[in-house]
Amino acid sequence: MSDITNLTLADLRDALKARKVSSLEATDAYLSNIEKAKSLNAFISVTADKAREMAKASDAKLAKGEGGAIEGVPLGIKDLFCTQEVLTTAASHILDGFKPTYESTVTSNLWRDGAVMLGKLNMDEFAMGSSNETSYYGPVVNPWRAKGENRQLTPGGSSGGSSASVAAHLCAAATATDTGGSIRQPASLTATVGVKPTYGRCSRWGIVAFASSLDQAGPIARDVRDSAIMLRSMAGYDPKDSTSVNRPVPDYEAALGGSVKGLKIGVPKEYRIDGMPAEIEKLWAQGVSWLKDAGCEIVDISLPLTKYALPVYYIVAPAEASSNLARYDGIRYGYRTKNYKDIVSLYENTRGEGFGAEVKRRILIGTYVLSAGYYDAYYIRAQKVRKKIFDEFLDAFKQVDLILTPSSPSAAFGLGEMTDDPVQMYLNDVFTVTANLAGLPGVSVPAGVDAKGLPLGLQLLARPFEEETMFKGAMAIEKAAGFNARPDEWWA
Amino acid sequence: MTQEPRKLLQGQTGDWEVVIGLEVHAQVSSKAKLFSGASAEYGAGPNENVSLVDAAMPGMLPVINKYCVEQAVKTGLGLNAKINLWSRFDRKNYFYPDLPQGYQISQYKEPVVGEGEIEVELDDGETIKVGIERLHLEQDAGKSIHDLAPKESYVDLNRSGVALMEIVSRPDMRSSDEAAAYYSKLRTIVRYLGTCDGNMDEGSMRADVNVSVCRAGGFEKFRETGDFKHLGTRTETKNVNSIRYVKQVVEYEARRQIEVLEAGGKIDQETRLFNVATGETRTMRSKEEAHDYRYFPDPDLLPLVLDPAWVESIKAKLPELPDAKKHRFMEAYGLSSYDAAVLSVDKDKADYFDAVAKGRDGKLASNWVTTELFGALNKSGKEITESPISAAQLGSLIDLISDGTISGRIAKDVFAIMFETSEDPAKIVEERGLKQVTDTGAIEKAIDEIIAANPQQVEQVKEKPKTFGWFVGQVMKATGGKANPAAVNDILKKKLGVD
Repeated sequence: MSDITNLTLADLRDALKARKVSSLEATDAYLSNIEKAKSLNAFISVTADKAREMAKASDAKLAKGEGGAIEGVPLGIKDLFCTQEVLTTAASHILDGFKPTYESTVTSNLWRDGAVMLGKLNMDEFAMGSSNETSYYGPVVNPWRAKGENRQLTPGGSSGGSSASVAAHLCAAATATDTGGSIRQPASLTATVGVKPTYGRCSRWGIVAFASSLDQAGPIARDVRDSAIMLRSMAGYDPKDSTSVNRPVPDYEAALGGSVKGLKIGVPKEYRIDGMPAEIEKLWAQGVSWLKDAGCEIVDISLPLTKYALPVYYIVAPAEASSNLARYDGIRYGYRTKNYKDIVSLYENTRGEGFGAEVKRRILIGTYVLSAGYYDAYYIRAQKVRKKIFDEFLDAFKQVDLILTPSSPSAAFGLGEMTDDPVQMYLNDVFTVTANLAGLPGVSVPAGVDAKGLPLGLQLLARPFEEETMFKGAMAIEKAAGFNARPDEWWA
Repeated sequence: MTQEPRKLLQGQTGDWEVVIGLEVHAQVSSKAKLFSGASAEYGAGPNENVSLVDAAMPGMLPVINKYCVEQAVKTGLGLNAKINLWSRFDRKNYFYPDLPQGYQISQYKEPVVGEGEIEVELDDGETIKVGIERLHLEQDAGKSIHDLAPKESYVDLNRSGVALMEIVSRPDMRSSDEAAAYYSKLRTIVRYLGTCDGNMDEGSMRADVNVSVCRAGGFEKFRETGDFKHLGTRTETKNVNSIRYVKQVVEYEARRQIEVLEAGGKIDQETRLFNVATGETRTMRSKEEAHDYRYFPDPDLLPLVLDPAWVESIKAKLPELPDAKKHRFMEAYGLSSYDAAVLSVDKDKADYFDAVAKGRDGKLASNWVTTELFGALNKSGKEITESPISAAQLGSLIDLISDGTISGRIAKDVFAIMFETSEDPAKIVEERGLKQVTDTGAIEKAIDEIIAANPQQVEQVKEKPKTFGWFVGQVMKATGGKANPAAVNDILKKKLGVD
């Protein structure tokens, strides 16, 4: 079967179960694609031997008619997830050589269900970035190019390796994480589906922490069904994560067949921002009419605090990060400077040499906002506004079932284009951070392309733990959009 | 209220007062650490009790140990303090090699236990009240070892993450004796509750001692107004790990501060260290060097919300505390305040005494326990828990005295044998024929023989009644000490014709 890698995860799963293909064949096909796509720089490490071993084990199970929900399906794993005895870097120099003795809960869940690991995916360093350019291992290149151009574009960030590898069919699906939009923005820029579930739905245990109160794992996949299948395997209560929520994981895939008729869709006027390309505005209106045609009721809503979301996010996230990243001190694991004479210079030089510029910037911002004399003005105020944003959403969800917005304020931009302007870069998260601040589930669905042929996504937000409704809405958009464009395989 | 002269310190320029507050770190008695399942036992090899969480490996998360919370609540109840049903953990951020996370998880703003108050007995019999400001839970750090190699430092993370209770007093102590008595009382309470073993050698209990001095009358003004400006600037001396050292720190600091102030200097708010060898304190870091800990709520943990019914159930299971015990000993057994305090200060001793005294003469039991048993234990360097004589055995010995089977004098011999052999007193008395002779016929016979053999002494006793004792001694000697002394007295008096 030469086109195994063109199968969706759902189709591959079924083909594996039906023994039409073997997991080893699928794994080898993906490994070959990965080999050919080195120029995309989507992987930090490829675990070919481990992948084949896991595939063989899956085939043995499948031969006996056994196996988990995604037995034998080859996946890419964002390098923020700790994987046992496999190099885990968070795309940072400071984790040089770090091989955990433990496996993150989310990846454990995936292996429990039979998935195969192809390797560890590139990303922004410590998930801090919106373009995958902060990685110590270099930027990931978007498989998509503007029509008639050779310019290298960003696959988004921080889960750029995940979005690019899914778009380029280097894996059946990928894990990702979303702290301010790091799943949904890359999905939007690569015509993939990205799901950030409700905070507490996936365990954070074993995921290198960026901002604890915002971090959530989720999948990036080729379509809504695949993302639903992935989330079901990734999610679940974990007593090792105190913020994990103890409630059963629904069969998200089963919810997809449901009708959206009568669902109330909120359209918040505050997501119409200055300088937003007309094409995005147009696509948004298109999304509204698709859902209307599918029988949804459209409700204009107002979320006036939206404009404070980004400032609040860039106080809360760096504050938590400045503390979470204190453990990278060169004492117990990872990189240690050779240039030190005492403990202070050991810390300073290890961290100075080990962290990249963006990470340092956020540690400095975080340290500043938590400092005596500034804490009340920044951190405390930000927390108060965050609570109000949450309340505002809950209020809105009294009127509506889902909220529809664009996923990202722009299509994929050129690598290097925004690196000199961090504030411009931060604006990439403007539509996505609100869901992280409020802990809501959100999904980005491919909806169309801009004039240059670059993909654009629409975002749906739902009430906490109402991922099923969200998937239903996403499916309706997917069907209506009929998006089936693929990037030319220029890299192969 | 007038100033109490004993609380005044004389300086060159007038009288001063010293004001003391203590922050006591008490290690929670728990098998596991506060946020990880690793063992919290003392004495393991270096880095043997370290989980992934304790070593702050990437992606590791803390999970609260419910038992440690229960211990904190229990302690709070024992301190007569308010239990906060909603509390929260904060991160205290600073870099040090024995702090793997780069922050300590502690309850900075919202502690699990609020205000309380305990009674503290001083050696002179006075009782003072000391306010408790708060008790909060926090993680201990690991240990840096600098003297194993000339150029390297070693880190042992066994203690990293062990649960501590920080118990903060109000500035209610006014002398080194009061500070020492408070610290000692706190230790008694946590040991009673079983929430901390109070073992200061192993670092289970240590104090940060806050000392300031002010002009005579300043404390009273502070008491009236609550305004700290009436008190002097305080210094904090860290990690003082014995009652004696607490006393020394207070005395040294008070003197030092008075000298500085009287010489026209000023006291800096600073952290100091105590040198055990010299008995002096020295600057560790000044206020300018103080860390900015950047406290903020730990986002890895949910707020700690306690069910009032759970707190009630802990309260219901609370053991009798030293103050209550002391009062019961005084009322039920008729003990003096002093004896009751001696017996109630240590739970093991109190339990032992309770078992001996129950259903018996309390004063007799108290004498045997405090004088004979404690004396013998002291001499042999044994703890009450290692006593060769069980409480039941000592009780039987007292029964043998009370029912006249043996005399008090013989009982002391029996006690000595019991202490050596751990045998039951009845068995010792039986086997060694130590039963008291109350058979007046036998006593009379012995007396008759002595009178017949000593006519001179019989003459003399009528002139000099003091020599009566000689006859008593002779009778006891003749009966091997087993004669009932009262009967000997009666019969002798009658036969010799003296009163």
